[in-house]
Amino acid sequence: MSIDKDTVRKVARLARLEMSETQIERAVPQIGGIVKWVEELGQVNTDNVEPLASVVNIPLRLREDVVNDGDCANDVLANAPEDQQGYFVVPKVVE
Amino acid sequence: MTNLNHLTIAAALDGLKNKDFTAVELTQAHIKAMGSAKNLNAFITETPALALEQAAESDKRRADGKAGMLEGIPLAIKDLFCTKGVRTTAASHILENFVPPYESTVTERLFANGAVMLGKASLDEFAMGSSNTTSHFGHVINPWKREGHNTELVPGGSSGGSAASVAARIAMGATGTDTGGSIRQPAAFCGIAGIKPTYGRCSRWGVVAFASSLDQAGVFARTTEDCAILLESCAGFDPKDSTSAPHDVPDFRATLESGVKGLKIGIPKEYRVDGMPAEIEKLWENGIAWLKEAGAEIVDVSLPHTRHALPTYYIIASAEASSNLARYDGVRYGLREEGKDLIELYEKTRAAGFGDEVKRRIILGTYVLSAGYYDAYYIKAQKVRRLISNDFTNAFERCDALLTPTAPSAAFAIGENEDDPVKMYLNDVFTVPTSLAGLPGMSIPAGLNAEGLPLGLQIIGRPWDEETVFKVARSIEKAAAFTALPQSLVRQAA
Repeated sequence: MSIDKDTVRKVARLARLEMSETQIERAVPQIGGIVKWVEELGQVNTDNVEPLASVVNIPLRLREDVVNDGDCANDVLANAPEDQQGYFVVPKVVE
Repeated sequence: MTNLNHLTIAAALDGLKNKDFTAVELTQAHIKAMGSAKNLNAFITETPALALEQAAESDKRRADGKAGMLEGIPLAIKDLFCTKGVRTTAASHILENFVPPYESTVTERLFANGAVMLGKASLDEFAMGSSNTTSHFGHVINPWKREGHNTELVPGGSSGGSAASVAARIAMGATGTDTGGSIRQPAAFCGIAGIKPTYGRCSRWGVVAFASSLDQAGVFARTTEDCAILLESCAGFDPKDSTSAPHDVPDFRATLESGVKGLKIGIPKEYRVDGMPAEIEKLWENGIAWLKEAGAEIVDVSLPHTRHALPTYYIIASAEASSNLARYDGVRYGLREEGKDLIELYEKTRAAGFGDEVKRRIILGTYVLSAGYYDAYYIKAQKVRRLISNDFTNAFERCDALLTPTAPSAAFAIGENEDDPVKMYLNDVFTVPTSLAGLPGMSIPAGLNAEGLPLGLQIIGRPWDEETVFKVARSIEKAAAFTALPQSLVRQAA
C-alpha cells in the first residue's frame, strides 16, 4: 500500500492534527518510506502465532470497588487552559 | 579532597555518614558544576533552591538518625517523571507550562529514600528519539568531543539530559526511561552506566506515557554499584500501575561482587550486523575475552528474528503513542489554541503543540491502527513480537546472560542522521529487541574509540534477573577499568 496525499490528509484528520498542504506533501515520502520499511514484516511466517500484547505474564489485577481518591477538583482543574465554576470550558458544541 | 561532584554515590554515602561533608555541601558542589556546564543544555528546569532545601532537610534527618538509602544524594530527574509542584514538560511545547499536582511513584520513592533533586533533565520530545535533538527546549550537547575537534555531538536519546548531566559530573545519578533504548544508548554515548530493568520492575505511574507496553523507568550512574543502589531505591510493586509486578526487590549490591565464574554468556550471532564498525567489533571481542578470563563460559546463541525487531518496534511504539497522545486535546491541561469549534480547537492545539518527530509517529501510529490496516500492520507486529520474545526464551535455555554492543556507533554530530528517519531509527538496532521482550538490559562503558569517544557494551538478562546483569556488568567494569573523562572535565581538573 503506497502512501499518497489523500491518505496522509485522512489520517491527520483522524489524529486531529491540522496539516497544511505543504506539510502533507513533505510527510508523504517520509511516512511512505517508513511504511515501506515496516512492510518487510510481511515476509515473516506468523501462522499460528498469538499476538503478544503484554510481556508481563501476570493477569491484570482487580481492585476493590471502593472510592480511593477524589475531593480534589482544584487539583484537577489547576492546569486547565480555561475553567469556570469547577468545570472545563470548551467552545459551544450544541447549537 | 577530590571535588565532591566526582565522587561515586557509594563513596558519597560513606562520606556523609562519616561527617566528612554535609548534604548541603555535596549539593552545592553539584549546583556549581551545573552553573559551569550550562552550554550542555542538559536541564529544562533547574531547581537549585529546592535542592538546597532538600539537602538541609536531609542533613537534619541524618543528624536525627533517620538516614535513608540515598540520603543526601543529588540527582537529575528526566523531565518525563511528574514532580509535584515542579513543571514537567516531556520536552514538549504542549506541556510547556504543566505543573503536576502529584508525584510519580519512582521520584516519590527516591525522595523518601533521601534523594535531592537538582532539576528536570532534557529529553527528546515525549521520549521519541535517539539524539536528544527533538526537544522543544533545544539540543542537549554531549560533554564528550572527538579528540582535537570542537564539533558538538549528541548525547544520545531519549534520556540525553540525564546521561549528559551524570557524565559531566553535574549529578551523581539520574532517572531515565527506556522504550527502545533510551537509557542504554545515551549511557553508551556519554561513557556512563545505565540500566533498564525488567518491564514491570519500576512503576510507570506518573511517568508521561509514550508506548505503554514498552516504557520502563530505570537509572543512570557512573558505576555498576551506584546503579544497583539507585535501582533498589526506586523499584518495586506499585498498586497504582496495572503492569507493576508483585515481586520483591533484591539487595542488588549484595551479589554484585560474586563474579561470573561458571556463568554462561551468550553471544547472539545475528548482532554481527552488516557494516558494523571494526572498533565496535573489537570492543565486543574485548568484552568476550574479559568475561572468559573471569571464568565465564562463552556460548554462541541465535536470535533469528532480530532483523525484524526495528520495524516491529516502530509499528507497536507508534501505535501506542498515537493512542496515548490522544489525551493532549487542549481542554484539561497543556497548551490550547483557539478554534471556531471543538474539532478545530483540537487540530490547532495539536498542530502547534507537537514537534515534527512526534507528529510523524502519531500519523504512522494512527495509520497502522486504522480500519483496513490494523491486522496487516499492528496485529502482524504483535505476532512478530512474540517470535522475538520466544527467541530470547530459547537462548536463555543455553545461557544466563547475553553480551552485545549497546549501539552500532559512538556519539554522532548534531544534525547527522536527520535527513532520513529510518537511518536514525537504526541507532536502536541492538537495544530494541530487549525492549520488545521486556528484558533487563544494561550498558556499561567499556572503552574509547580511535577518536577518544566512549563505547558501551550491553548485558541482557532473564526476566527479573537484574542481579546477574549487575554481576556481569561489574565484571566488565573491573576488566575495562574505564576512567576516561570528558575533555572539558579533564581541563577543569588540570
